[in-house]
Amino acid sequence: MFHNLARLLRHRGLIQSLVARELKARYRGSVLGFFWSFFNPLLLLLVYSFIFKYVMPAKAEGAEPYALFMFCGILPWTWFSSSLTESAGVLIAGSNLIKKVLFPAEILPIVTVLANMIHFLLGLPILAAFLIWYRAPLTAGELLWFPIIVFVQLEFTIALALVLSALTVHFRDIRDILANLLTLWFFATPIIYPYFNAPPFAKKFLNLNPFSHLAISYQEVLFFPGPFGHWKWLLALGVASAFFFVLAYFVFDRLRDTFAEEV
Amino acid sequence: MTQAIDVSHVSKVYRRYARRRQFATLKSALLSGSLIRDLAPDETFAALDDVTVSVPAGRTLGVIGRNGSGKSTLLKLVAGITKPTRGTVRVQGRISALIELGAGFHPEISGRENVFINGIMLGLSKREIAKRFDEIVDFAELKDFIDAPVKTYSSGMYMRLGFAVAINVDPDVLLVDEVLAVGDESFTHKCLDKFAEFKRRGKTILLVTHALGLVERFCDDALWLDAGHVRGAGDPKRIVGAYITDVETTEEQHLAAADAKAQEGKSTEPADMFQAAEGRWGSREVEITSVTLTGEDGQAGHVFQSGERLDVRIALHAAQPVEDFVIGVGVFNAEGVCCYGTNTNLEELTPERLSGDAEATFSISALDLVEGTYKLDVGVHKIDGYPYDYHRLLYTFRVKSRMKDVGIYRPPHAWRFAGAISFKRTT
Repeated sequence: MFHNLARLLRHRGLIQSLVARELKARYRGSVLGFFWSFFNPLLLLLVYSFIFKYVMPAKAEGAEPYALFMFCGILPWTWFSSSLTESAGVLIAGSNLIKKVLFPAEILPIVTVLANMIHFLLGLPILAAFLIWYRAPLTAGELLWFPIIVFVQLEFTIALALVLSALTVHFRDIRDILANLLTLWFFATPIIYPYFNAPPFAKKFLNLNPFSHLAISYQEVLFFPGPFGHWKWLLALGVASAFFFVLAYFVFDRLRDTFAEEV
Repeated sequence: MTQAIDVSHVSKVYRRYARRRQFATLKSALLSGSLIRDLAPDETFAALDDVTVSVPAGRTLGVIGRNGSGKSTLLKLVAGITKPTRGTVRVQGRISALIELGAGFHPEISGRENVFINGIMLGLSKREIAKRFDEIVDFAELKDFIDAPVKTYSSGMYMRLGFAVAINVDPDVLLVDEVLAVGDESFTHKCLDKFAEFKRRGKTILLVTHALGLVERFCDDALWLDAGHVRGAGDPKRIVGAYITDVETTEEQHLAAADAKAQEGKSTEPADMFQAAEGRWGSREVEITSVTLTGEDGQAGHVFQSGERLDVRIALHAAQPVEDFVIGVGVFNAEGVCCYGTNTNLEELTPERLSGDAEATFSISALDLVEGTYKLDVGVHKIDGYPYDYHRLLYTFRVKSRMKDVGIYRPPHAWRFAGAISFKRTT
């Protein structure tokens, strides 16, 4: 297993070019091409702003402007959820590679997560522009945490993607369950409501949700003033994710030999 | 000598699931608590059973066998795509597997980008690909199309590009699965030239193919797989010969079964003799009790080599003595064209008397027919055509030939040359 993990490092070049291919292929044939990576989050933000300002004005105590608050959580969530949705089917879609070419299968879910991360990163300038527009209280000290949050999320997402992609080979309906599960998960995460507004009994459950800590971290660093107080949770999640990643890789490695026969 | 490929006591067992498993889902598995039970196979199927084979570095091994004999499974095991259930597979050096050409191509992006990504997938670095890029494109003959998305390629272009990338990986061990069957003539030649170059450079090749001629010409050794077992290994000529004989024996059985079926059916005399389908009719005053075909070795059979001797032995029985009888034979090819027909009357044999049991043998000293399936008419009738017993197209035989000449028959012939012309001696 560790031998295979080491091999993963040697496949950097392959991962790199597959991510590039993924991004190129996605926008091939569209007029705006890469600009969609900017426009999509922008349009999303405009829609939310419009709805929560005029259609059903939201009163979230202590989280104003609300649209910006929500945007801080939705952007990373989109990366997370589309990574998982796509990686659930990625081994089946890549059956040609797995069956006909000697190809390290774990690369496929990893590439999916990374390609979605690039989309996330491309959406950041829009977020930054709005943060500045609304005069969000950004400080350099807090912003240093930002890459760490992204890294922890990357770790966590890849681990989950590995397990999901491997299990979906054997149980195809994970893909359908997953869509519903993600909707539930979305509402069980403090993204459209601030954590501190949740009733005390719910906070216990929110703390059990790993993505809560990521969302809270993003919000604290980008949106709320004051020092980043959630760092202990974030680091704990980072360490837990590292263990989870090793475990996930172990599961994936154990199932690896069955892929060529099952996909 | 070092072994480039070493397959030792390898078995590969595939699982076969009953219908229940096919529709099983995680939900139902969890609900009925049968998760563990459903994962257990209902039935297993050994695609390979205790196969041992090794290929020394620099040799070319041809793997032959019927469909489903385990050839491709062996190739996938050597490539490392699947793992053996039992036994070990060891391969020395870089492998390139031509199992499906262009398997990793992405349809939306250009040929150029696909070459790079495919090359990296096969283990090359970016710089190595850049260095070989022109060579790859030249080989694939795609200079004008290399920047077009791969989805616009014809299947031939797609395949050529896939082959060009895979062959330029410069592997130490090349695994080839029947990929030559798909290209046009000139591309196939190009591929063969490339393989020959590989051989010269001392690379190891494992070739899975149905093209037996290729195995004989091109391989140093041959391996014959049959239902997951090694049936034979060694000199290609000998193994291919043994394989062909085995295939003939099986065909033989099929033909014998088909004949038995055809002779069961009875029919009446048709209005037009030459358009009639198979059948049997006649007054049976004289009966054809059996027709056997025997070859050079005197054994009854249904498959014969072109140029060999063929005897058609017709057993007759006349309940009452008859004095007016003609015995005839006709040979038809698969398209229904009469290749040859004759009878005792045409050959000016005047009938005298036939009573009780008798046998007539129509003996062809050299069966100069081209390869194919043929059917026989055998009949006994009066000189005026009144049929006693007529067997229309009831006997089938196959002619095998190593020469793939065409036409209806092969006249005895030879080539002679004079002047400044010469041919290479073939092995």
